[in-house]
Amino acid sequence: MNARRTLLLALGGLVLAIGLTFLLDPYRNYQLALAAAYLCATAGLTVLVGLSGQLSLGHAALMAAGGYGYALTSQALTSAGVGGVPRFLAATVAAAVAAGVLGLLLGLAGARLHGPYLAGLTLTLVVAVPAVAASVGALQGDRGVRIEFEGVPGPLKALIALEQWQAWVALAVAAVAVTGLALVRDGRTGLRMRAVRDDEVAAALAGIAPARVKVLAFVVSSVTAGLGGAVLTFVTQSVSPGAYTVSLSLLLLVAVVVGGLGSLLGAALGAVLLVLLPWLVGTLTDMLPLPSQVTQRLDGTLPLLVFGSLLIVLVAGAPGGLAGALTAARDRRRARRRLPAPGPTAARLVPTAGDDPTGPAARPGSVGPTATRSGEPVRTPTEG
Amino acid sequence: MDRFVFLLGTGLARGTLFALFALALVLIWRATRIVNFAAGAMAIVGVYVGVAVTGLTGSYWWGLVATVLAGGVVGLVVERGVLRFASARSPLSGVILAIGLVIVLQSLLGIAFGQQHEPVPAPFSDRPLRVGGVPVLSPYDVFVVVVALGLMAALRLLFVRTTLGLQLRAAAFAPEVARLLGVRVARMRTVGWVLAAAAASLAAMLAVPKELGLNPHAADMLFVYAFTVAVVGGLDSPGGALLAGLTVGVVMSLVTGYLGATLAPVAVLALLVVVLLVRPSGLFAQAETRRA
Repeated sequence: MNARRTLLLALGGLVLAIGLTFLLDPYRNYQLALAAAYLCATAGLTVLVGLSGQLSLGHAALMAAGGYGYALTSQALTSAGVGGVPRFLAATVAAAVAAGVLGLLLGLAGARLHGPYLAGLTLTLVVAVPAVAASVGALQGDRGVRIEFEGVPGPLKALIALEQWQAWVALAVAAVAVTGLALVRDGRTGLRMRAVRDDEVAAALAGIAPARVKVLAFVVSSVTAGLGGAVLTFVTQSVSPGAYTVSLSLLLLVAVVVGGLGSLLGAALGAVLLVLLPWLVGTLTDMLPLPSQVTQRLDGTLPLLVFGSLLIVLVAGAPGGLAGALTAARDRRRARRRLPAPGPTAARLVPTAGDDPTGPAARPGSVGPTATRSGEPVRTPTEG
Repeated sequence: MDRFVFLLGTGLARGTLFALFALALVLIWRATRIVNFAAGAMAIVGVYVGVAVTGLTGSYWWGLVATVLAGGVVGLVVERGVLRFASARSPLSGVILAIGLVIVLQSLLGIAFGQQHEPVPAPFSDRPLRVGGVPVLSPYDVFVVVVALGLMAALRLLFVRTTLGLQLRAAAFAPEVARLLGVRVARMRTVGWVLAAAAASLAAMLAVPKELGLNPHAADMLFVYAFTVAVVGGLDSPGGALLAGLTVGVVMSLVTGYLGATLAPVAVLALLVVVLLVRPSGLFAQAETRRA
């Protein structure tokens, strides 16, 4: 995909999403803003894991770095008398820089480490977030940092509600982050990342510096995670260690894997799932006639159970994730269109592939390179 | 000085627990080249069973036995049921599967028992014994050290002196050759997982009375510290795990005692970063073959 097409696509998507906010009620718009914030982080993570092959369990910590960077800058600017759009832009840039610097440090360590070592280091980083927040005075421990209320700007006040405005801002930031990642993915850097992921030695022989590429991937991914933290802070008007736990880190990974590693569309699906699934499960358990104690227990844990099971099933059976399944379904449709006119054999065979509404690709175990083949008519030895 | 000796004593006691838990990670790493990120959640399942058995029988010892057995069963089920699907081509798939397991196990425990901290009393007194007027270790600490060191010694004997141990080592180091020589490699892997999960469950059971109490996340920190220990020790080396465990235990105890408990995770992070930057594959790992 060339750069102009990516930009047009991003612009179109943003306009479409902003149009969508007019159809949603305030709570849905709030959820949309949250999903956009998570999208910044999941998109960064999917590029890091999928393209450069580095696993981070610490993206919640990078989001936290962005969130604190945003909140502290916003506070400082507020006391200096700056407000409105300049304050938001400066604070967002500060968030990106804070997360980027932390990501640079992690990336420098990560370039020397592989697989499980890096995962463990980043996991320890997330575990240490509350301790760091408690020991650095400016971060104010568990209480966190609150920022000044950022309302709808003047001319729009009559038109839209606060939640809708927040959704717009969140969507715009997410669009910038995702577009940036898409450009990186499709450009030379993305090619180098894939080369390093697949074979470090071969990449080095081809004149690529593997360490530099890995660090760069970490920084890019961290900056977008930091933007996610900034948006989350903007929407909730505060930042505290309680919002960036190990669970969030693991859930970001779940979202990325469920969506399909390396796929930005998958990252978007995953982010929406992160927001919608807990709400859906909550609504379902509220509808069932269960004692309140049981409902309370199920509330926080049942969505996690679903996420965890989904993760296991997908990794074990369908490494391509949802995006992989979508691609496979498309390939299958195309393959079916290419089939010759249905003769007696084909007529009998094609419907058997279509009988199953989910199709073979949606089932675990058949996604990947084999999925294209599964669309072709399968000839059993008995049909002489 | 009194304080220092006391902190050193408790640090060593905690360190043996870290070492035991880290040994569980090392066993699995050696057998399957997977860092078992689910070790904490798996161990805590065993502890829930053990505490339930203690509650039913009124005996701490039956509870301890039940913990070890339940831990082994969890290891068996996890290896046969889930980790077997880890792709050998991608080193990340094992980690991701383990993380899925963590989420599933912890949410199941949360649904079954709730998130509150259940206090688990220690079977012995927690008050420190005095040696020459200086408080050093509590009877419970002594018990922990004895059990943990005893188990580690037993595992070493198993690996070095028995045929099963030889097969386990052969299957881990050269699976292809071992298979040709008649070692059931897949079965050895399962045995490795069972042993490791049982050891981790025991470590968690011993650690729980010293923590806030039992809840689905009670072993999370233990896992993080044990991972640090295993990495510092070099993931491949049981002896390294013991040494690194004692070191990390003492460092944590001193940091907690002199600088405050909140700083302990930061200290562990700092230690991990320094060790990984200086020696990316740990202090005691065997030299890696040249790759490029």
